Amino acid sequence: MSYVEVASLSPAARRRRLLGRRFLRRPMAVAGLIVVFVFVVTAIFAPVIAPYSASHTDFQAILAHPSGQHLLGTDELGRDIFSRVVYGSRASMQAGLFATLLAMAIAVPIGLAAGYYRGWVDPVISRVTDVILAFPFLILAVGLAAILGPSLLNATIALGFGAAPGLIRIARGEVLSLREEDYVRAAIANGGSDLTILGRHILPNMTSTLLVQATVIIPIAIVGESVLSFLGLGVQPPTPSWGVMLASAQPFLDQAPRLAVYPGLAIAIAALAFNLLGDGLRDVLDPRTQR
Amino acid sequence: MGGFILRRVGAALVVLFLASVVVFAGIRAIPGDAALALGGEERSPEVLAQLRHKYGLDDPIVVQYGRWLWLALHGDLGSDSRELPVAHTIVSALPRTLELAGLSLLIGSLIGIVAGVVAAVRRGKPSDYLSNGIALIGLSVPHFWLGLLMIIAFAVKLHWLPSGGYVPLRVDPVENLRHMLMPAIVLGTGLSAVVMRQMRSAMLESLGADYIRTARAKGLSEWTVVGRHALRNSLITVTTVIGLQLGALISGAVITETIFQIAGFGRLTIDAVNQRDYALIQGVVLVAAAGYVIVNLTVDLLYSVLNPRIRISGRPG
Repeated sequence: MSYVEVASLSPAARRRRLLGRRFLRRPMAVAGLIVVFVFVVTAIFAPVIAPYSASHTDFQAILAHPSGQHLLGTDELGRDIFSRVVYGSRASMQAGLFATLLAMAIAVPIGLAAGYYRGWVDPVISRVTDVILAFPFLILAVGLAAILGPSLLNATIALGFGAAPGLIRIARGEVLSLREEDYVRAAIANGGSDLTILGRHILPNMTSTLLVQATVIIPIAIVGESVLSFLGLGVQPPTPSWGVMLASAQPFLDQAPRLAVYPGLAIAIAALAFNLLGDGLRDVLDPRTQR
Repeated sequence: MGGFILRRVGAALVVLFLASVVVFAGIRAIPGDAALALGGEERSPEVLAQLRHKYGLDDPIVVQYGRWLWLALHGDLGSDSRELPVAHTIVSALPRTLELAGLSLLIGSLIGIVAGVVAAVRRGKPSDYLSNGIALIGLSVPHFWLGLLMIIAFAVKLHWLPSGGYVPLRVDPVENLRHMLMPAIVLGTGLSAVVMRQMRSAMLESLGADYIRTARAKGLSEWTVVGRHALRNSLITVTTVIGLQLGALISGAVITETIFQIAGFGRLTIDAVNQRDYALIQGVVLVAAAGYVIVNLTVDLLYSVLNPRIRISGRPG
């Protein structure tokens, strides 16, 4: 690429290119991104990838060992474990994505309001956030799931609500510091409406923080979904979910320990991939916290 | 100092009060008539009215809340669906969870602090990468899966440790420890990863500070520089982090106790939820929130003792 070509790019495109190059220099982050991509593709194309349907039972092959026919063996009902792990990725990815989006949708407007309008708005929001944060995350999610009833949708809602208070605090803190920036003060002095200032000047400058936070919340939500499902408060059997599979593997720990190994491995790899991706993004987008 | 303590205690009381309102309102937000549930088969209006009157359900909601709070402050959290006092059930489950949490805290902070110091001192060397990698895995591996794996390895295959259950400390200290070891390690892993990361960055920050350069220039041994000067300052930050992790520890206890069949506070929470025992849920959530607030308050106050600057500016951070 010639110098002229680079110079002809817009500043935004040049920044994107710089960030992209910084990201590519981090092999672990790239690996994380690739694994995340594989999981997302698996979730979307589960029926194509899985050799069997998730509920297909084969009573001739109960608790069968791994073989050419059943890649990871079968469970206590003769269902193909590999296929169930593949289908199980759907619940995890859905919970991870939608819980995070829900948390963002709740927390960002509230955090913006708390950080921007001082007066009575900030203390009220901050106190309420403190109260909700007084409940440990899982206790909160368990309580919500109990009130709403057990299902994947309700578990996702519970996880989203559970993650929101922490995010409100972070968004608020970000607004507090952005508010003191010269360009924001200039916009206020120019008589820009609150909506313009928040939407044009403050929110766009928060995106990298929010993006990093999203990669923090997604793995927590993925693990959270498996925990809730494990406890019987999320996905209900026979629908496959990694947490449900681990719960039903418990009675067979001595006969067929592999039943408990593969779904957990899937959770761990998915969470690890998102964490690696998140660490990489943080290093690239927020040089202040560079280690 | 007095003003600072008063402010923190006041804020904690406000949070506790609001939390109690949330718990009370949350349970009442659940659809369904409590009198109908209490009446069982009996559906005649007179009986239902009698039940409502007996349990005070016909009073204004504020009066109901006031009565509930008054009783709760006197240690009466009502009766669960089996007519057993909720407070007693909770109090008898708590020691197991406290022992589990205490042991996990010990294991988690010890491993985390040592690994964090080693990683910081040997920054950029293999042991740094190794501890960072293990910490990342520790953060990603869900601990209930780790628990299942440990049961498979140490209980099912090797027969070294029991796969679950609880023996009180007074009955048999050795058996007690054998039963608690796996759960405590499982619960402590997540904590140790968080502590390790915080410890590493706090140590790196202190090691780069001017007073460390001064200490080195004075010719102090590396051991004194790291142990006396850098470590002490880093521990202040890590104390807060450990305090903040207590919520995660309570959450973790729920699932750890489920896997290892320990009839503690966490297991009680799940049972209450599964049995839809609302009086019990209410009590459990209230106690969890109160415990969390009190611990955070203690950490705040402890932090101000360790770091005098906070007392003067009046705000942590």
